[in-house]
Parts: sequence; structure tokens; C-alpha cells
Amino acid sequence: MSEGAAAALAPATPRPEGLARLVLARFLRHRPAVGSVAVIVLLVLGAALAGDLGLPDPIRIELRHKFAPPLTAGHLLGADELGRDVLSRLLHAGRVSLTVGLAAMAVTVAFGALLGTLAGYYRGLVDTALLRLTDAMLSFPPIFLLLALAAFVRPSLWTMTLIIGVTSWMDVTRMVRGQILALREQEFVLGALGLGASGGRIMLRHLVPNTVGIVAVAATLAVARAILLESYISFLGYGIQPPLASWGNMLNNAQSYFTTAPWVAIFPGVAITLAVTSFNFLGDGLRDALGGQS
Amino acid sequence: MHRYLLRRLLQAVAVLGLVSGIGFAVLHLAPGGPAAIYALTPSMSAEDLARLTRELGLDRPVPEQYLKWIRGVLTGNWGRSYRDGRLVLEIIGERIPATLLLMGSAFALAVSLGLAAGIVSAVRQYSLFDHLLTFVSMVALSIPTFWLGLMAIYVFAVLLRVLPPGNMGTIGEAVATLDLLRHLVLPAATLGLVMVATWSRYTRASMLDVIREDYVRTARAKGMSGRAVVLKHALRNALIPLITLAGLQLPTMLSGALVAETVFTWPGMGRLFVDSIGYRDYPVLMGLLMLTALLVVAGNLLADLVYALVDPRVRLS
Repeated sequence: MSEGAAAALAPATPRPEGLARLVLARFLRHRPAVGSVAVIVLLVLGAALAGDLGLPDPIRIELRHKFAPPLTAGHLLGADELGRDVLSRLLHAGRVSLTVGLAAMAVTVAFGALLGTLAGYYRGLVDTALLRLTDAMLSFPPIFLLLALAAFVRPSLWTMTLIIGVTSWMDVTRMVRGQILALREQEFVLGALGLGASGGRIMLRHLVPNTVGIVAVAATLAVARAILLESYISFLGYGIQPPLASWGNMLNNAQSYFTTAPWVAIFPGVAITLAVTSFNFLGDGLRDALGGQS
Repeated sequence: MHRYLLRRLLQAVAVLGLVSGIGFAVLHLAPGGPAAIYALTPSMSAEDLARLTRELGLDRPVPEQYLKWIRGVLTGNWGRSYRDGRLVLEIIGERIPATLLLMGSAFALAVSLGLAAGIVSAVRQYSLFDHLLTFVSMVALSIPTFWLGLMAIYVFAVLLRVLPPGNMGTIGEAVATLDLLRHLVLPAATLGLVMVATWSRYTRASMLDVIREDYVRTARAKGMSGRAVVLKHALRNALIPLITLAGLQLPTMLSGALVAETVFTWPGMGRLFVDSIGYRDYPVLMGLLMLTALLVVAGNLLADLVYALVDPRVRLS
């Protein structure tokens, strides 16, 4: 919302060489967002190449190296209570956490866009019913509902993804619904109706493509939220289970090692903060670049 | 006004009905109910387990269990804990003051610091302070609360030894106000930081909207000082949309409280929830879900009403 004003004040590009170029130019002006793209690329590369960097196995226990401080015994970021390499675990955990983040975003967006489109297009009873459902879901404090769900399913990467997705769609629904409500009153929809287009065709061909902007922003913010939620649930012990590492569960017992090995507690938190901040800034930059809708 | 109020109240009732249904379904349709936990006890025979399931009514169809439960809720009987047989309302009631104290302190911190930072940021738009605040707020919104709490404990309790790492008071001592306050600082600050970020962002945006209004320009034109314009004309109107934020923030605040209470062993509702999850204590879990949802719905309704009361431009219909 802040840099939106900056973008609006800047002189419009004189050469109208297409929307994509304009959006890119506006995006590049948002420096934190550009920096975030670099951080995200690094995190993804680190996670993707985690196994090929010559690092120790993330679940290999080496008691001789128990609590080895950073930069000793071949451990760049130190070793944990079982002598496992923290950097290697961090990168492998990144795989899990980023996968959950992205996959949960997909569930969130699919659910949210579907319900939002239906509510906005059909209005009336469908709209009222979906709105009340959205209100009800928003009345639960997010972690309470997630924990209640997580405690009763077998924790795995995919169940985590699913439960984060089905408890996070409400914001997308509201945004898409608002957009569809405004769009459906415009002439091009009337034109399509006049040409005999069906409801499904109008929604899929005419309305949904016009929500891509706000959905892209919402999707980026949803990744940030999902990474954060996964870390909360895993930290509380109901998420990703050891020995599989996630950024959240690496902090499970961190409290007991403060005095002996603070690095065990510091680095995973830095990784989460870095990832979540980056996706949040990216969403901010996209919103400004796409013209500050929402 | 009366019709609006009536409609909103009916909506709230509908939402709470849905909330109870969703909560009940989530807990009861999942495999591995309380019986699964008892089954882990070695001394528990298969017959005992079957008898227990029957006595708790867990062998009945879920809709029937739900109707029985909702009838109880409406008549003030929220059931008894599976864990120690005490009344659910009594158990939760004991925890409410601690959570309210924690959330209230964090809220006060967030509003005071967030408003101040947001105002300065808006008045000096695009200054170094403004850019810095925007950046820091975004980072603050992205830090996991539990990790922030862990780091706070590490720095202030382990390294500097100036503040206690947890609990609501020194164990074995009578409750003393000063001691309680010392224990409150870290959890309240941890919970508050995220909220400060939200409040400063919203205040900044709201102030920027108002500063461009005609009446602010008029006030400037008639020769009012900059400070007076900001504090008298702009701020009062910028505050109005922020009333909604107070209501909207409740769910996040309750979630944050759950996490802060867990990290700082603060005996509030959030920790009770986490503990009860471990014991599959359905009645307590349902009670907490309902109560927090009730709080959220009531908070939002209140925020909307106050908004209409403060802003004469809003007509309730």
C-alpha cells in the first residue's frame, strides 16, 4: 500500500510497449521485493541441491560431534544434540518447509478462487451461505483449528499441506468474490450473455482470467503464511515428525540447549524469517506492480 | 439501527452455530479419539476400554453426540474434562484472567507504539524513518512468534539474567504484583511486537488517506500549525478505520497468545488447549474452540457498532 503511491506518482512510461513491461518496470522499482526474489532463488536452490553439496547426511548421527560449534569439525553452522550437521539439516528442512508452503498455497488458491467465484457470480443464497461459512472459519483462531486437525491426522508432508490449505482459503475467497461482483456488472459480461454464453463459460473465460492479478498477490502471501503455520505446528510437535527435518521441528527442543548450543536454536528461526519475509515482500511488490488492487 | 443490530445478532448466531458444527466434526470424525490414548495404558483391558467408550457416549452416532453436547452448551453445562472430571467451564474460567492479562498488555503496547510510529511515518512519508519502519514492520510480521520468544528468553533470561524465562510468578512465592509484572514483560513484548507492526502499517496508511483530504488542507490554509493539524484534525479521523482492526486482529492475537503461552509456560487458555490436545480432552477442546470463536464474533460485532457510533457518516441499515 505504501509504495503504491510511489508508483502512481512516477511518470507513466511514454512507450506503451505492453502491460508486462510496465508491470516489470514497476516491480523492479520495489527494491525489497527484488532482493526477496534473490533470497527465494537462493533458498530454493539450496533446498534443491541439498544432497549434492557434499554436506554430511542430515540424519546421520555422529555423537563425537555433539554440539560442535559453528566452523568446527567440518560443520559450517555447527552440529546439534546428536552431532548432526545443522547446515545440511537446514537445507533438507528447506525442501520440506518450502514444499509445504507452495503446495498449501495451491490448495488455498484453488479452494479460495472456486468458492469466491461461485459466491460472486451466483450471489443470493449461494453467496450468503458461502459468506457465513467464511465468517465461521475466520472466527476460529487459525492455530487452534490447525492444531485440532493436526492432532488427529497422521502427520506427513501431504496431510500438513492439506490441513493448512483447507484452513487458509478464506482471504482468497473474499478477495475473489469482491472482484467478481464488480466485474460481472461490466459491459463485456453483458455482451457475452447477449451472445448466449453459459454461466460456466462466462466464469471461466471472462471473469476468472480478470482476477489473475489479485490472485497472484494472494498466492504469494499464502506461501508466506503456510510456511509460518507449518513451522508453528511442527514446533508444537504435531507437524512434520523427526527424523525428517522441517524448520519448525528443528526448534522442538531448542530451549533445552540454549546454554550449551545456541546455534541450534538460532539458525532455523533465521531461515523461517528469511523465507517468510521474502514471500511477504514479493507479494507487496506484486501488488504495487499490478496497480494496487485490493 | 435496531433492525441492523437484530440482523447482525442473527448473523452472529448463525456463524456460531456453524462454528460449533465444524469444531465438533473436526474433533469427532477424526480417527484416534480419546479411547486411542487410553488404549496406550497397559493396565487397560479391552473390556474396560469398551465400557469407557460407552460411558463417555463415544459409541453413539456423531450427530446424536453433537445434539447432546449443544443442548448442554445452551443450558450452561459444557461437560466435564476426560482428564480429571472437573467442569469444563471451571477449568477454562481459571485460565481466562492470565490470557486476558497477556493479550491486554500486548494490545496496549501495540496500540501505543504502533500509533506513534505510524503517525511519524505518515507525516514524514518517504523519509529514512518511514522506509526503515516499513521494512522492520514487514520483518516483524514474518518472524515466527515462538522463535522470537525463544530468542527473547535466550538474551534476557540466559545471557543477561535480567528477566525470568517463564511462568506467571516465582514458584513457591505468593503472588506479588511486581513479580507478576517482571514475568509479564517477555511474553507480552513477544506477542506485542507482531501487533505493533500491524498497527503501525494500518495507522500509516489511514493517516496518509486522511492527510490528503480537503478539510486538512483547509486547516493548513487557515494558518494552523502542522502539529495541531496532524493531532487535531487528521489523527481523530484516521483513528476511525482502525477500530475495525482491533476486532479483526482478535483471531491472530489469540493464536499468538497460544504460542507465547506455550513458550513462556504462561498458564492461560492457549496452553490449556495445547495440553488438552495431548490428552484428546474433547470437552475442554470444544469449550475452548467455542469460547475463542465467541470472543472473535463478539469483538467484531462490537468494533462495527463502535465504528458506527463514532463516525456519523456511517448509517446502519
